[in-house]
Amino acid sequence: MSTMTPSAYRVTGRRRDTADTCTLELEPRNGALGAPAPGQFTMLYAWGVGEVPISVSGLDAGGRLVQTIRDVGSVTHKLCALDPGTTLGVRGPFGRGWPLDAFAGADVVVVAGGLGLAPLRLAVLALLARRERYGRLLLLYGARTPADLLYRDELARWAEDGLDVQITVDAADADWDGPVGVVGKLVARAGFDPRNAAALMCGPEVMMRFTAVALAERGVAPERTYVSLERSMKCGIGQCGHCQIGPTLVCLDGPVYSWAEISRWLSVREL
Amino acid sequence: MPQTVDTLVLEAPVFAGLDPAHAAQLAGCAQTTGWDDGEMLFREGDPSDAFYVVRHGRVALEVFVPGRGTLTVETIETGEVVGWSWLFPPYRWHFDGRAIGSVRAIAVDGACLRGKCDDDPALGYDLMRRFSQVMLERLQATRLRLADVYGAPR
Repeated sequence: MSTMTPSAYRVTGRRRDTADTCTLELEPRNGALGAPAPGQFTMLYAWGVGEVPISVSGLDAGGRLVQTIRDVGSVTHKLCALDPGTTLGVRGPFGRGWPLDAFAGADVVVVAGGLGLAPLRLAVLALLARRERYGRLLLLYGARTPADLLYRDELARWAEDGLDVQITVDAADADWDGPVGVVGKLVARAGFDPRNAAALMCGPEVMMRFTAVALAERGVAPERTYVSLERSMKCGIGQCGHCQIGPTLVCLDGPVYSWAEISRWLSVREL
Repeated sequence: MPQTVDTLVLEAPVFAGLDPAHAAQLAGCAQTTGWDDGEMLFREGDPSDAFYVVRHGRVALEVFVPGRGTLTVETIETGEVVGWSWLFPPYRWHFDGRAIGSVRAIAVDGACLRGKCDDDPALGYDLMRRFSQVMLERLQATRLRLADVYGAPR
């Protein structure tokens, strides 16, 4: 694991997913970092501009990383503008990922909101790779509009592989024939056994708060509901304290937490 | 054996556990109906003389915005209720309703049910509580969407 010094990775592919989101494929130039677990993140460094924490969305046997980035600031804008063949720095992987082994035999409900599907993509791939280990697998995915959906080609493929993919959007034109409404409504109607289910959730914090309530109303235990948090991770190794929330450091103890352990801190506005 | 309107009404979550006498009164104003894909259930401004319990399919609530075309503001799914406008003057629809795919529903005559509620306040109170719960859930969901939580950070 490269914790302090960035390792050079070459951009081998760049795709514009939505109006403000891109996905990079990154190949190690001088040896790969340790293999990221689903839910972990890396620090991506645009040389001379700055460093940002980005979840790992894909990984292949050669150590090539897939990372989806929202183009919202100077660093992410530079990253999304990197042409294939250019390089960037990568540190990590960091943090605690999704505890997928604990879900064996259970129905698994993956709830994603907006860009929140990116930190869940590697988990979805891991669940499908060992499909026989789990009960029903569901992806409940909410986005702003149909044009904002990530990984559109893959969603259909995942459905063929045994994932019950349900999508809702906040607004749509008349060409959209799927549901329009909040993702919590999908939770209320989805086919799973809440007494033997685990939920993985990532998206805007407000969306996760409301959806956690919907999951609890269905009967999913808070100890079996996991969320991935986004905070201002800087060092990635628990030294700088920028990502502290309550008694925990998101870069070290998170970004994945059970709802039972983290929910009380999310309602504290000063944090 | 085909199901009667009484039993179909009670299958809708919004009417779960309804007192049998109240269910019978409700069913007395109800009949089954349906639309094919793309058919309009109602149009904005039309008199609203009924509400619908969707038994199968999806209904899009739409509004036409000049310069942007038709926007879907919400969809109503199987088991849910379409329509509040029958409850309050001037009893006119506020949005367009369009069937997405084949839709089967129970139509409940609004004037008929309002009359029964006026005659039997216990029925009116029970139904109003149930409709208020659904309205509350829709209002909260609408507020959440107004927050545009998936939008880019400012």
